[in-house]
Amino acid sequence: MSELAIEVDDVTVRYGEVLALDGVCLTLAPGRVCGLVGMNGSGKSTLFKTIVGLVKPTTGTVRLYGDSPRAARRAGLLGYVPQSEDVDWTFPLTVRDVVLTGRHGRMGFPRRPRRADREAVARALERVQLTDLADRQIGALSGGQRKRAFVARALAQEATLLLLDEPFAGVDKRSESAITELLRELAAEGAAILVSTHDLHALPGLADEAALLMRKVLARGEPEEVLRPENLAAAFGLDVLNREVSS
Amino acid sequence: MNPVDYLVEPLGYEFMVRALITTVAAAGVCAVLSCWLVLIGWSLMGDAVSHAVLPGVVLAYIAGLPFAVGAVVFGFAAVGAIGLVRETSRVKEDAAIGIVFTTFFAAGLVLVSVTPSQTDLNHIVFGNLLGVDRGELIQVLALAGFTLLALMLLRRDFTLYAFDPTHAHAIGLNPRLLGSALLGLLALTAVVALQAVGVVLVVAMLIIPGATAYLLTDRFQRMLLIAPAVSIGAAVTGLYLSYHLDTASGAMIVVVQGVVFVLAYLFAPKHGVIGRRLAANRNRAVDPNGADSPQGLRAPR
Repeated sequence: MSELAIEVDDVTVRYGEVLALDGVCLTLAPGRVCGLVGMNGSGKSTLFKTIVGLVKPTTGTVRLYGDSPRAARRAGLLGYVPQSEDVDWTFPLTVRDVVLTGRHGRMGFPRRPRRADREAVARALERVQLTDLADRQIGALSGGQRKRAFVARALAQEATLLLLDEPFAGVDKRSESAITELLRELAAEGAAILVSTHDLHALPGLADEAALLMRKVLARGEPEEVLRPENLAAAFGLDVLNREVSS
Repeated sequence: MNPVDYLVEPLGYEFMVRALITTVAAAGVCAVLSCWLVLIGWSLMGDAVSHAVLPGVVLAYIAGLPFAVGAVVFGFAAVGAIGLVRETSRVKEDAAIGIVFTTFFAAGLVLVSVTPSQTDLNHIVFGNLLGVDRGELIQVLALAGFTLLALMLLRRDFTLYAFDPTHAHAIGLNPRLLGSALLGLLALTAVVALQAVGVVLVVAMLIIPGATAYLLTDRFQRMLLIAPAVSIGAAVTGLYLSYHLDTASGAMIVVVQGVVFVLAYLFAPKHGVIGRRLAANRNRAVDPNGADSPQGLRAPR
């Protein structure tokens, strides 16, 4: 096994005429949290989809733990926490049901949960402090609780590589710090975590490193370094800079 | 007429017994499938596939093959054509669906009009519940049994596919394959149901029960029980009413299902228009925090 969890090597993605990613290189080692920063349309979602394998790179390669993304997916290493907008919150599933879908790949046909699966779900719920709300329908949770439910799914899955798409959108400050703390703990246990976020303030407390994306990687390194005004100006445009930083 | 006679008298006729069995089988399997269709947002797709199977069924009749073979082939052809039109032209998906399924359906009607047959092929279009013969009954039961078994064995995969196909992909499943399997089962179900209510009304049986159950519960497992229970109850009621009122049986079944949906829409405890208010009033008196769950609302950003 390679020591890198993610190796994105010179990946270009075109949707017809549109150039979504342009020669992106990004690596992430186990035990590290990387914040992926960029405005809407900067290619964050495309990069996530490319890592998950939903989008095939036009050129370039993605390797996860030194192997193909497909192998990582099959091994259940890849945990994905979707954006709120991508989830149907009226879906008739309870919090426990959703977390149990993290075990899905580990449950043999016909996917009947065993004791080990139920225990893993209970542990995951405990860890994100949702045990009391486990039997609620997922839509009946607050923004922060919803995010924690999906993090719990990745925990139940025993994923070692976590991709979180805008985990702080619609989340109150208390939940934000709870999620940040949880992600730090998981990284300390060896997980590699890639987080896309608009929340520049939270980034230094959360991430060991950051990448600034605008179709290509504009800056890469320590969060404080990456978030320097001149870098942000290049990624967001000067107008947006003041709003984003002061918000 | 006393109530017992009302229920027993029709069963004196063999054609009514066969109609009843066909109805129960069709209503049951359609209802189970409808749970996924309404959650994925495939109601229009159900409409499309159930109409588009017509030319396949007629061709299968001409070739002496089981209806299911033609139905599955044309069901997939329709879905493929819809995808092709959507992805390779500027036409949007709803228009693509409308164009493809009406064209397939019309082609089926043309085939019906030029195909000489002993059994009136128009029965496929409008259903012929009272004329189901022994062979057709066996075919319906075999297809319904197979489809139901497949749905039950794959139910957790289908539910995951419906809820979060990205996660399904991320843990190594093949969402595209699951979607195709569901579409194939949809085509088979259409064959089962067209015996009962005809091609035109199959879509009602494929949508109404799932939508009704969706209003009645927040648990998917319960939806899978409520939908067929409601659907079979409504279908049997509709069949009896059609017998006693001397009305079209397939249409009567759909009308009763529609009425049941309206009742759920109004009075479902948590999600009904009136039921929701009643529950809110009750909860406000008891539990000040429980009343306003953020159901369906997006959290403020």
